[in-house]
Formats: sequence, structure tokens, C-alpha cells
Amino acid sequence: MKHLLSTADLSRSEAVTILDTAAQMAATQERAVKKLPTLRGRTVVNLFFEDSTRTRISFETAAKRLSADVINFSAKGSSVSKGESLKDTALTLKAMGADAVIIRHQASGAPHTLAHAGWLDAPVINAGDGTHQHPTQALLDAYTMRRHLKGEVRGAADSKGVIGRDLSGLSVVLVGDVLHSRVARANVALLHTLGAQVTLVAPPTLLPVGVDVWPCAVSYDLDAVLREHQPDALMMLRVQRERMSSAGGGFFPSPLEYSRLYGLDQRRLDMLPGHAIVMHPGPMNRGLEISAQAADSPRSVIVEQVANGVAVRMAVLYLLLAGTSGTEGA
Amino acid sequence: MTSYFIAGASPLGGEPMNIVLTDGLIAGIGDDLAVPGGAAVVDGAGLVALPGLVDLHTHLREPGREDAETVASGTRAAAAGGFTAVFAMANTSPVQDTAGVVEQVWRLGHQAGWADVFPIGAVSVGLGGEHLAELGAMADSAARVRVFSDDGKCVWDPVLMRRALEYVKAFDGVIAQHAQEPRLTDGAQMNEGVVSAEIGLAGWPAVAEEAIIARDVLLAQHVGSRLHVCHLSTAGSVDLVRWAKARGVEVTAEVTPHHLLLTDEYARGYDPVFKVNPPLRTAEDVEAVRAGLVDGTIDIVATDHAPHPREDKDCEWAAAAFGMTGLETALSVVQQTMVDTGRMSWADVARVMSAAPARIGRVSTGPRAQGRPLAAGEPANVTLVDPAARATVDPGRQQTASPNSPLRGLSLPGRVVATFLRGRPTVLDGRPRQADAQEVR
Repeated sequence: MKHLLSTADLSRSEAVTILDTAAQMAATQERAVKKLPTLRGRTVVNLFFEDSTRTRISFETAAKRLSADVINFSAKGSSVSKGESLKDTALTLKAMGADAVIIRHQASGAPHTLAHAGWLDAPVINAGDGTHQHPTQALLDAYTMRRHLKGEVRGAADSKGVIGRDLSGLSVVLVGDVLHSRVARANVALLHTLGAQVTLVAPPTLLPVGVDVWPCAVSYDLDAVLREHQPDALMMLRVQRERMSSAGGGFFPSPLEYSRLYGLDQRRLDMLPGHAIVMHPGPMNRGLEISAQAADSPRSVIVEQVANGVAVRMAVLYLLLAGTSGTEGA
Repeated sequence: MTSYFIAGASPLGGEPMNIVLTDGLIAGIGDDLAVPGGAAVVDGAGLVALPGLVDLHTHLREPGREDAETVASGTRAAAAGGFTAVFAMANTSPVQDTAGVVEQVWRLGHQAGWADVFPIGAVSVGLGGEHLAELGAMADSAARVRVFSDDGKCVWDPVLMRRALEYVKAFDGVIAQHAQEPRLTDGAQMNEGVVSAEIGLAGWPAVAEEAIIARDVLLAQHVGSRLHVCHLSTAGSVDLVRWAKARGVEVTAEVTPHHLLLTDEYARGYDPVFKVNPPLRTAEDVEAVRAGLVDGTIDIVATDHAPHPREDKDCEWAAAAFGMTGLETALSVVQQTMVDTGRMSWADVARVMSAAPARIGRVSTGPRAQGRPLAAGEPANVTLVDPAARATVDPGRQQTASPNSPLRGLSLPGRVVATFLRGRPTVLDGRPRQADAQEVR
């Protein structure tokens, strides 16, 4: 694995290796001194063309816990608005000796272009590109699911008893704006690779034309899916408020109608099996796609997803910069 | 003027003949012609002779974007591709929406001497889609404009489209529509379908093209005008044009070489060289446009040659410009997709790349006519192609000033050996040949 651009590039064994490495990283984070010397002297660049404090801090924390030097390069709006081009930014980073580049970009495929255009030799990690992919988010989601649902007791957290395991047999439901969601695309590919059964639930306007060939089921009816599938994990996707005011008068009639049909409220929470977990990639719109009761319920692992994000990103940085995964991929 | 004796070339792929070009005309075609005194002999063995190709859809970029192409470099590329005439699209800067600008482009083409340049006039002022440009003034100008298009933008307002269709009847003009419903394609990056869903690029649905074509053929029928559909790209569009022709609507349609060859699968690597408008479609669409070209639903192949400087393609997909070069590879792509597959003859190629585009553009009569048959007495616009040759596309070795060929690295059949414009070789031995000052008439 030279880059991490898309979860679709990961084999089952590569994905499991990342999750296992993340578990080892998480174990080190329970110590009083959390910092490991592994990447001392290496320089990791956070190249963010789009604001995302959460993701940037998560990567920055992960890199620093591995003793890497971190440079934050905020280039918001840069290339599309005719500032410095992506190419010139890449050449600058190369000249500065970046050992890895973590890129967040509003254009789908920008990380792929950065990795393959010949501008840069360093490994590229996709921290979210347009409406394409967000592989570390999907990996931390898979890590969280495995920890809660594949250990000795379903629903209880277990980081050690799950080593080597995938997600086979689990039923996972993703609800919300699939059309614009890189989290959904990354999760569908990774969860399928790891053996889970995935169901997407959304209003038809928020599903892409062409979704029918994805390795998952699709439904417009959340209540029916919850009743019939009894999912092990339920992931609520963020619905951006500007989706209500775009061309054609918006993708759905009103926030209230969206909440009624696709929001996770107490009634729907009660439909879940006892061990099921509730997830959200954040940031949440409380009252739109998820109610406060659901977000704060004991089933919610939303805060833990954030913590697991650091361990997963440590694992990815470690495997790309220090370790070997045994195969050339991506 | 020098005479040329083309020895043993095959007109339209038929029996080898000798072709004599004298004083800008084809003096004779036959197997028993003698070499006229002082004639230069061109070995035509193994070569197919075609009438000079005519491209109804070229972006020459001048005035305004001389960093991408000039009239001179673009028409030199045209000659290298076997073309003796190109129609220059109106989206220059300033826009070709007045008699002054179209005459400027026409004059630049005349001075360059590589190919006849027929400027296309904008339908609306500044391509703004609001007010008709002075279509009559452009028609009456020295450029004699007969084709009008806002290409790059759709004449989306149905009233403006109706008025344009009606107005050009006064001088036998045609409206060439870039069919793209703008609201359905806001921010669109590629064909909407399986690939766009997976790689997360905003979709350009087939219906956005088909809805406009459906509307326009009905309008053309209602007002009894001529409509030309630019770069038709979907299976549904082929069906609509077929239906309209069956009803007697005066509609013609073009397909580009890239839509005959490439699919949206090429977007997967996010290489913006494959970013084009309308976008590359699916394999089913490619088959439909090929079938449409064979059965005559689609009248012509036109390149939509759209040069862009390197920096406009050396970036992330969303930031890149739409468009591909095509003048120098068009004939090869048509040979590979249509001739070598047995679906079309070289006579068909002459029809869709020379006679029909000249007729649609109303330049097929008069002493400077284009798209004429290969026959004695006709203007000596002749292209010699070696169908047995094969070459790998290398944008760095092309005549166009821009490198954005989606076919780079691809091995394609056919090589243009010579292009004659009214008896004067613009290309000889496969190389462009600059005209002497006194040769340009």
C-alpha cells in the first residue's frame, strides 16, 4: 500500500491489518505517556483545501503521538478560485521534504491526482475528497463496529478479542444524504469488503443515479428497514442544510418532513435490537437527522468514534511510513 | 500554378486511378491519363483519395485565447488531419457576434492559407442567451455566415430559440444547437450514471441533452426551419433525431470522434484530458451513435476540436476545462471505429466528413465550393490517406498548439499523406507545407 486514496482499493487482509494495527495503537494510548517514537524526524503535512477542524486535529494528534513533525497547510478555496494550483502546492511540499501528505479537498479525485500526476513521491492519504471518499472515516467506523459487535459480548467494547476478525455477518444501515456523502461511499466499499451486509436508506432524491450496482441494498423506508433488518449498527449521515435550498427547490420539502421520515428519534431507537450501536460521522445536526435522545443514548458510540479516529489514523500513518503491509496496492 | 499528378490512388477506396490537379481544379481522373508537362508526381499507390474534409465544428480560439490556439495553428492542424475547410465556433473573445469579428476570423483564415475558414456566428449577443446577435449582418458580411451557434452554451430559452430558427430562414441559415439543459447540468462534471455515482463527480444526465433536442426538433417543425444538433452523444438523442427525420423535420446531427470511441469509464483515473462537454457516455451510447451514423440518422462527424493550454488540464478534475483536440485524429478514429469494422465504406466517410458538412454549412456551391465529388472540373480539394499506416498519438508532435488529446499513447490506423486545397498541397509527404505568398489565392 503506497497511498490511502479509497477504501475500494483495500483488500480484506489490508483492511483487517489496518484495524489490527489500530487496536495496537489504541492500547498504547491507555498508557500515561502516549507518545511513541516511531516517526521521529518524519514530516507529515496536513493539506486542507476545505475547512475541517475535526479531521485535521485528529490527523495532527495521530501524527504527533507517533512523534512526527506536523505542518498544517491551509489552502482553503485555493485552486478552484484561481489561487495557487494544486500542482504548485504539491511541488512546494515536495521541495520542503514532506514524507506524507494528508489532503482534504472539495474536488472529488484531487488526492488521486496528487498521488498519480508525478508531482510528488510521498504517500498521499485522502482525508476526504468532494463527494468521493473518506477512507479513514470508514476505517474508524469499521474499527468501532468491530470493537462493539465482534468481541465476546455483542454491544460491549473489546479491543483485543477481535484481532484478525472482519465484519462478516453484521447488518449495517446507513441513513441520509448518500448522494453527497463521501462517508457513505467509503463505508459501502469497506463494509462490503469486510463481509457486512449494508443497507442504504434515503429519500430517492438523495441517492445517486447508478446506486443500483453498488454492493448493498437500498430502501426509501427507514421504519421497514429497522423492523425487518434489525441492524447491528445504524449510522446516521449528516444532512447539510444547504441541501434544502439548492436547484429545484431543494432535495426534500422541509427539515420537519426529513426528520419525520428519516430522522433517528426515540421511537426508532426503541426498534433496534438490544446490542445495536448508533453512529454518526459528525458534526451532527441535532433535531434533523438525529434527536438529542438518540445522540446521547447509551447506544450511541459517536464520541468513541472520534477517539477511535486517532488510533486508526495512527495505524494508517504507521503502515504507510514505517511498516509494510506486504502488498503493493492503491 | 503547378500541376500535380497523383499516380494510382484509389478514389473513395475504389480502383486505383490517376488524378490530375491543374489550376486549382481536378483536371481529370482516370487510369489512362498522361503526366502533364511540368507536373509534380505524387505516388498514390496504396492511398485512398477523399474529397478534402470539412469540419463543421472547430474551436480556433482566436481572437482571445491565442495561448490555446490561433487560426494559423488550428488550420495547420486541420490540414494535417486532411481537412480543407473548418467552421470556426463563435465562442471567441470577443465573441463572433458581429460582422466585424467574423470578418476578422475569416481574414485570418485566408491569410494563414491552410484551410478555408468559415466563421460561425453567435446566436445571441455575447453568447448571453438573451438577445439575438445581428445575424443578418454576419450573413451579409464578407464571411458570408450561414451557421449560427452559441456552442459551449445552450440556447435554452425556447422563445429565443424559436426566433433564431425563424430569423435565419431569410438567408438559408441554420441554428447549430449545443443541447444542454442548464438547470439539469448545474456544476456537472461527467456523464451521470454508474461511474459518476462511484467516483463522486457531479452528473450530466443524458436527459439534459435529449430534452433540448426534443424541444428543438418540435420548434424546427413548427416554424419550418433548419436545425443542426451539435455533438450528439446519447442513445436517446439518436432515437429522437431518427423520429424527427421520419416526421420530415429538417434536422441534421453530428457526432464527434471521441463520442464514437471513448466511454465514461475513462473518467475513473480523474485525468482531466477526458473531461469534455457533452461528456463521454456509456458503451451503449457509443454503439448507438455508431449505428446512427451508419443508418444516416447522424449526418456528419465533426471534431469539436477544443484546444486548451497545458495548465487548464494539469489540475484536479473539477478545476479543469472541458474539451479535447481532435482535428489530427478524427479521420483515424473514424477509420478505426467505422471503416475497419466494416460498417462504413470510404465513400460513406467522404459523405459524413466532407459532402454533408459542406452542404449543411451551405458552402458546397460556387467556385470555392467545398465537399464536392472527386470529379473532373471540381475544385481540387483532395485528401490522400494511407489506411495501412499505423501510428501512436503523440500530442507533442501534433500541429495544434495544445496538448489535450485524449488519445495520446493510443495506436490508431490511417495517416494523412497529402492534403490539397484548390490544387495546392497544404500537406505533402505527411508534413504541413507552408504556402508561398503568391500561391494563396
